[in-house]
Amino acid sequence: MNNKKPKNVFKDGAISSEFIANSIAKHQSKTSIGAHNIFLGQVRADIIDDKTVLDIEYTAYEDMANAKFHDIREAAFSKFDLTCMHIYHSLGKVNTGEICMFVFVSSPRRKEVFKAIEFIVEEIKANVPVFGKEIFEDKTHQWKVNT
Amino acid sequence: MRLTIKYFGLLAEVTQCSEEQFEFSGMLISELLETIYLKHPKLKEKDFQVAQNQIIVTNETEISGRDIALLPPFSGG
Repeated sequence: MNNKKPKNVFKDGAISSEFIANSIAKHQSKTSIGAHNIFLGQVRADIIDDKTVLDIEYTAYEDMANAKFHDIREAAFSKFDLTCMHIYHSLGKVNTGEICMFVFVSSPRRKEVFKAIEFIVEEIKANVPVFGKEIFEDKTHQWKVNT
Repeated sequence: MRLTIKYFGLLAEVTQCSEEQFEFSGMLISELLETIYLKHPKLKEKDFQVAQNQIIVTNETEISGRDIALLPPFSGG
C-alpha cells in the first residue's frame, strides 16, 4: 500500500471506442506485457413494464467513489501480478448501446488478467457509490439497482 | 452540533435536496436517522446505507461529526 492520492476515475458522458483504442495503443511500448483483458460495461435497453430504457444518467458520491476505486486498485495490484490497470466510469448521460465503464488490466501472463478483471468489476459493482437513473422513452425514470 | 447530511440518487429525490443541515445533540447514527425521519418520513421506507467520512457505518456507530451521507443501493458499471 502507498499513500498516493486517488485518481479521478470519472469521465463526462459515454466512453468512446476511440478512447478505448488509444488506451490499447499506448501499451505497445510496454513490452513486458503478454496479456491484456478488458471489461466494457454497456447501457442495456431494458424493458420494464412495457417501457424501454433510453439512457442512464449517472451520479456518484465522487470523493468516496474515487477513494473506493483507489482501494480496489491497490487490492488488485497486491492480489495479482499486474503490470498496469486503468478504470474509467461515466458520469452524466449515457445512451443505450454506449459504454459506461472501461476496466483494462495488463500482465505478463494471461491467467492473472482473467482473475483480476472479475475481481475488479465485482468489487466496483458492490462497493462504489455510483447511482444510475434509467430514463424511459416517455421521460419517466426509475433508479437502477445492481443485481 | 450542526451536521451536514448529503443525499444521493433516489434519496435526493425524496428529500428534494442534495444536502442539508441538522442541529443534533445525540451520539449515534440511529439517533441521527430518527431526527432525519421527522423531517423526511418517506426515507424510512427506502433502502440505504450511511457513510461517515466516506466509510460505511452501522446504526450503532458514534457520530464523529463530518461527512455524513445517505447512499441508496449502488448501480455502477
